[in-house]
Amino acid sequence: MSGALGRRRFLALGGGLAMSAGLAACSSPLATGLAGTQPDTADVIFWNLFTGGDGANMVLMEDAFRKAHPGLSVEATILGWGNPYYTKLALATASGTPPDVGISHLSRLPLLAASGLLEPVEDTGLPELGITSDKFTPAAWQKATVGGTVYAVPLDTHPFVLFYNTDLARKAGLLDAAGDGLKPMRNAAEFTDALRAMKDAGAQYGAVMSITADPSTCWRYFSMVYSGIAGPVVTHEGTRVAVDDDAAQSTFAFMQSLTKDGLMPRSLTGSGVNALFSTGKAGFLFDGEWQIPSYRDVKGLHFNVVPFPALLGPKPVAYADSHSLVIPRNGKRSSARTAHAALFVRSLLDNSAIWAHGGHVPAWLSTQRSKAFLDQSPQRNYVQAAFNAVYDPVAWYTGAGSDFQTTVGSTIIEVIAGRLGPKDGAARLRADLKRYTTARPPVKIG
Amino acid sequence: MTTIASERPAGRPAGRITLRTDRERAPRSERRAGLLLSSPFLIVYLLFMIGPLAVGVVVSFFNTTTVKSGLGGWVGLSNYRTVVQDSLFWSAMWHSVLFTLLTTPPLVVLALAFAVLASRVRRGTVFYRLAFFAPYVVPSSVVVLVFLWMYTPQVGLVPKLFSAVGLTSPDFIGSTSGGWTAVVLMTLWWTFGFNFVLYTAGIQDVPTEVYEAAAIDGASPWQQIRFLTVPLLSRTTSLVLILQILASLKVFDQIYLLLGGGPNQSTRPVIEYIYDTGFTSYRGGYGAAATMVYFVIIVAISAAWYALRHYRTAAAERADQRPAPRAERRTS
Repeated sequence: MSGALGRRRFLALGGGLAMSAGLAACSSPLATGLAGTQPDTADVIFWNLFTGGDGANMVLMEDAFRKAHPGLSVEATILGWGNPYYTKLALATASGTPPDVGISHLSRLPLLAASGLLEPVEDTGLPELGITSDKFTPAAWQKATVGGTVYAVPLDTHPFVLFYNTDLARKAGLLDAAGDGLKPMRNAAEFTDALRAMKDAGAQYGAVMSITADPSTCWRYFSMVYSGIAGPVVTHEGTRVAVDDDAAQSTFAFMQSLTKDGLMPRSLTGSGVNALFSTGKAGFLFDGEWQIPSYRDVKGLHFNVVPFPALLGPKPVAYADSHSLVIPRNGKRSSARTAHAALFVRSLLDNSAIWAHGGHVPAWLSTQRSKAFLDQSPQRNYVQAAFNAVYDPVAWYTGAGSDFQTTVGSTIIEVIAGRLGPKDGAARLRADLKRYTTARPPVKIG
Repeated sequence: MTTIASERPAGRPAGRITLRTDRERAPRSERRAGLLLSSPFLIVYLLFMIGPLAVGVVVSFFNTTTVKSGLGGWVGLSNYRTVVQDSLFWSAMWHSVLFTLLTTPPLVVLALAFAVLASRVRRGTVFYRLAFFAPYVVPSSVVVLVFLWMYTPQVGLVPKLFSAVGLTSPDFIGSTSGGWTAVVLMTLWWTFGFNFVLYTAGIQDVPTEVYEAAAIDGASPWQQIRFLTVPLLSRTTSLVLILQILASLKVFDQIYLLLGGGPNQSTRPVIEYIYDTGFTSYRGGYGAAATMVYFVIIVAISAAWYALRHYRTAAAERADQRPAPRAERRTS
């Protein structure tokens, strides 16, 4: 049946031709999708996880870059915060279609870096643009280093801080002589007295914090108190439980001492916190500085923000995390694209005073010392917290929004609520940690 | 229900086609044509079903990471051992089973009830069929977005309705029981259309003569439904039931999108557990092992179901061969 064969051959040829014609038009999204390459939609493709006020500030910073480099286009994609973001970033990079610049929490860096998903900073032309260790908050730069190599450029430090109601503090006699800060508190006892003074001055609670269904906040609170008297809860890249049971128990006992006398509630939702602190019914608020924008515009509320004092240990510590800029690894990225990415990173750092409006302490020292930042209150009052920062322990499972924080934080919620004593709490904490340290790491860290 | 089940109630092949059971005499060209005609499906099936399954089986014996090429180190059965000892895996498995228990009965019963009702309306049959089936074609992300607006505390439609009549609304997003309620109600509204269509098709297969005969015998509409429609639909019911069980066990997207498996992983289905370990934690090998355990459970459920059905139909056939005892009272 030569006729049939001829027809078939003709069809096959035609199909092949159509196929190659389609692939030759390599600019269409369909073709890049089929070929598995990154569509060239902009000079810099930037992924971040910022919505709300932070998101608006980030857009201003992107616009500042566009203005400074009129020839370069930026395409910014906002993805869901937390695990979904990091999952997408990792899988996109592993499959060869990463963004040119991405945001990463420094607490999430160890796994990303150890998996070979990030370009080391020194290979990206960033040092040539003046991005070197001496120009950043040391604690942040230290945390951006994994196994001796720097993988991220810190943008900020966002510590867990102490908000206080200025009017109540004045009534309670807690303000210093100048009247713009608190009298120094040196330890847990003096701190507890301050809470009591607030309550006596007419506050419903000495202090409030978000507890119910908020394991992350509870973990930050625990980390801060505990880090004053002991080292990281896991060591050896997260493969060994190193929790100090005595320290954990004293931390829990301290937390419960505040709730026992009614100085703090045992359970409270985020919206409850907001209502109490906004209406002057709470003296102190324990939260991240990123909450500043939600209280700044409340009528009749005067508040200030300071680092936490030393509590159980000799020195003050601040639990903190940082947003940083990373350049995901992409073998197919041209040197021109890499250069654009580096320019973009540098531009974000230069404009990070805008970023500070969200409450974050700029990590770029020249911004941190600039008038544009130092004019911002209360931001300028807790810069020291960035230098006393303690981050999540180094492991493949820790970090912002991780399951680890959820699991451990849930145990801490139980303790704060009074359903677990300090001793049982410490035992439960150890069991939680064990579940992570015994799991097989997907990659070797360090 | 994530995947659209591609099965339909098995119809009988039309009587005109005579099937050759004698394989020897089937001409070669015909067999080749058969293979050729089914080859597109076979290729896709091999490429996207059998292939990945084989890869998954292999990977589950290694410490493979999702973000690097290569298999990683050989770990033997250790992934499996960890999975079956992991309380979080079993609680996720239980959440999938619980979702199945909560959704399957109403989805079957309501679909049957409404299919019967829709088949008995005089006017507007098409409208009702369309109205019941319409939600099913909406993508899950859109459905979740709509329901999220309705469920949101303080500002959502449902809490507003509750407060309008002076009740406090359950916390649909922030609590476990509220979360289950929210996701089950949403799933009912969203996927009920599929079973409804299956039942509608089944009802159309019931000959009208049966109803006419029943009507002559003086059966009320309710009796007709109770003694004719429902028993005659038993085959459809068993199909709907197994499809629904399997679909509900495969739940992922609506729980993930609406609740994120929260609060505190208390509604996380097993597929989200697999996703979290395999992709979010990069533990591909471990995720694959969890998948295999889950796969075995699904296959076991299906196999048990089909064995039961086979046994029951065989029993029914045996019963059919015996003459039914007829109690006749003669009054002479």
